[in-house]
Amino acid sequence: MKSHLGSRLAQIVPTLLLVSVLVFCLQQLMPGDPAVVLAGEERGDPQVLAQIRAELWLDRSLPVQYLHWIGNVLRGNLGQSWHIRQPVAQLIAEKLPVTLQLGAMAFVIAVAIGVPMGVIAAVHRNRFWDYVANAIGLAGLSTPTFWLGIMLILLLSVDLGWLPPSGYVSLTEDWVQSLATTIMPAFVLGNAIAAILMRHTRSAMLTALDQDYVRTARAKGLTEWRVLIWHALRNALMPVITLGALELGTLLSGAVLTEQVFSIPGFGKMVVDAVFNRDYPVVQGVVLVTAFLYVVLNLLADMLYVIVNPRLRGS
Amino acid sequence: MRRTLLAVACLLTFSAAAQAQTLRIALREDLDVLDPTLARSYVGRIVFAGLCDKLFDLNEKLEIVPQLATSYEWTDPTTLVLHLRQGVTFHNGETFDAEAVKFTLERHLTMQGSFRRSEISSIDHVDVVDPATVRIVLKSPSSPFLAQLTDRAGIILPPKATAAAGKDFTQHPVCSGPFQFGERVAQDRIVLDKFPGYWDAKNIHFDKVVYRPMPDSAVLTANLLAGSIDLAERVLPTDVAAVKANAKLRIVTSPALGYQGITFNIANGERSKAPIDQSPLLRQAFEAAIDRQALVDVVYAGMYQPNAQAVSPASPYYMADIPTGPRDLAKARALIKQSGVPTPITVTMNVPNTAGPAQEAEVIQAMVREAGFDLKINLIEFASSLSAATQGNFETYLIGWSGRADPDGNLYAFMRSNVGQNDAHYSNAVVDDMLDKARGVSDVATRRGFYAKMWQQERADMPLLYLYTPVNIVGISAKLTGFRPVPDGMIRLQGLEMGK
Repeated sequence: MKSHLGSRLAQIVPTLLLVSVLVFCLQQLMPGDPAVVLAGEERGDPQVLAQIRAELWLDRSLPVQYLHWIGNVLRGNLGQSWHIRQPVAQLIAEKLPVTLQLGAMAFVIAVAIGVPMGVIAAVHRNRFWDYVANAIGLAGLSTPTFWLGIMLILLLSVDLGWLPPSGYVSLTEDWVQSLATTIMPAFVLGNAIAAILMRHTRSAMLTALDQDYVRTARAKGLTEWRVLIWHALRNALMPVITLGALELGTLLSGAVLTEQVFSIPGFGKMVVDAVFNRDYPVVQGVVLVTAFLYVVLNLLADMLYVIVNPRLRGS
Repeated sequence: MRRTLLAVACLLTFSAAAQAQTLRIALREDLDVLDPTLARSYVGRIVFAGLCDKLFDLNEKLEIVPQLATSYEWTDPTTLVLHLRQGVTFHNGETFDAEAVKFTLERHLTMQGSFRRSEISSIDHVDVVDPATVRIVLKSPSSPFLAQLTDRAGIILPPKATAAAGKDFTQHPVCSGPFQFGERVAQDRIVLDKFPGYWDAKNIHFDKVVYRPMPDSAVLTANLLAGSIDLAERVLPTDVAAVKANAKLRIVTSPALGYQGITFNIANGERSKAPIDQSPLLRQAFEAAIDRQALVDVVYAGMYQPNAQAVSPASPYYMADIPTGPRDLAKARALIKQSGVPTPITVTMNVPNTAGPAQEAEVIQAMVREAGFDLKINLIEFASSLSAATQGNFETYLIGWSGRADPDGNLYAFMRSNVGQNDAHYSNAVVDDMLDKARGVSDVATRRGFYAKMWQQERADMPLLYLYTPVNIVGISAKLTGFRPVPDGMIRLQGLEMGK
């Protein structure tokens, strides 16, 4: 277990380096010259463009630019935003907790809806409640985040006035307001993932319910509830955990639209604005941190397998 | 018991009255840097209106009115003497005086990356006459110069705090406006707190202002309807009906200073060889095939004003005799025939991929098809479209301009040979001469004469086809009084008050 953990940790560094090279190269393929964007009304003046390029190292070769950036990153300096001239690390420190909170709430909502619905659908296979759960799941998958967000704002904020339509208050500032501002976007974000979780839980549960150990558990006279939760669901959770970990990564990137609709100043909104403004240091910083989180979450999922499934402990 | 209740009621009333009153403003974009020397964005100017006073301001009639300068005189065509307001302090306690004016203008002129340099490049030098008087000497006469001082170039900064902050000024900007910097959370909010030492404090009725960027129009309107913001700038014409239907809100409009137009690539690289870029007759035919009124009716609910020139109808330099229509298909077909180019004539148009321009392009496509043009729409993301324009990678480009109070700000950089945003690389001696001459005189009638001649040439060559002038549409809480709709679209906080 320890050696497995060690090798997984060792994989993080080359993975992140590879991601950093890829991002650096890919953003060079983006059309649009950052110097022209930054020059604004003076974009027609070659002197101004040359001055901006020199200041931002854009007049150097790509490998030199990369080495300059990665050298700074290794020294703990993610650079400065070209657009708003604030340190990237500071921007990430501001935005990351917002998206993490949103993602965590969305994930809790997704699990709270998706897993029980999957269990219900499997238990009532090809009967009324299975069809209902499937219909809800299909609706969740098919509803565009943007549309659902606007509809919820119109209903819960404009018509009923129950929740603030947008914005964000941090948990430390006012936890009630924080929950009020994030519950709607978290639901929107969690909704689609709930549907995916439901479908996977259903199929995993169907497989588990056909297994001999379930039959044995029933033969032993255990209550149906205990058979379902303790024996079937626990085993069915393995693929669901994998999926959950992958979807946590999706949550980070999927927050882009939700944050846009609800004007939540998180990671997603920051990266969209950075791409449109050709703010390369911000894009690179965000992608690097997101990749790091993704790798760490997958590692956590691996460790969770072992906790949930004792058979893996020896391996 | 009754006495206790009365005391509680009194306390509650008192605390409600004492509660800080906050004005919540929605902006259509997030802004860039909060440094007036380096700032580029339109919404940045709106925040500066609350944070920083300028030497001059504009009123609803676009007249230049005093702010930090109480009066001025031209002692000769190149020497401007400003008399400064006394008793003004910056947010950090420094005193506003002639030294501060000299320091700031020189910063605008010399700081690396300054976006103000081109606006005030006509300055030769600045002299401090006495603490309340400053003399600005220009290299040559410049009629638009004074108008530049009504915008970011006229913002004055405290020398000590600015010098100490250096490039980090944007992190904690210090000015002399009615509100001082509180905090900025990028993409979320900018908070300004009331500055108790403001020279015109009696006209400030809020304790705090919160600016919140809301780029999506549906989100912005939903927030306005839900009452979570008090004022929203640039409400879309298509959302006006929903706002008007809400009794708690009202709409205030004013003609804007900008324009929307089509830039033809006259001589910028290989792509300028397209037939429409080489033939003024075809460009005139293209114009004749467009129904400007129908365009604004379809896309902007008829709220924008058809216009065939860069100057807003709100400006004294607007030429009422330049026709905006009607559409004339027979004329368009005749001009095409006269050009000798066989139809259908393929024209490619770069269009920023936002809702308004994309719809405009589709309407134009349908209109010009009837005349014999096959318009191909190339939807392209905004930053890429700017790069393409600068590099000459376009045949035609649907692009607007936010506009400036002086007509020079809408014309010179786009039409003069070899300058700033002349993406068409248009060059004409008459136009250059008239633009230069119009810069050199202040008299409105004389300047109008130069501009009239310039327009005559522009209409014949048509490097830019102007379509309409937008309208500033502001959605505000019905309780909010004192809002002044100035055509520059800025939100002035002086006099704004929340009623009961």
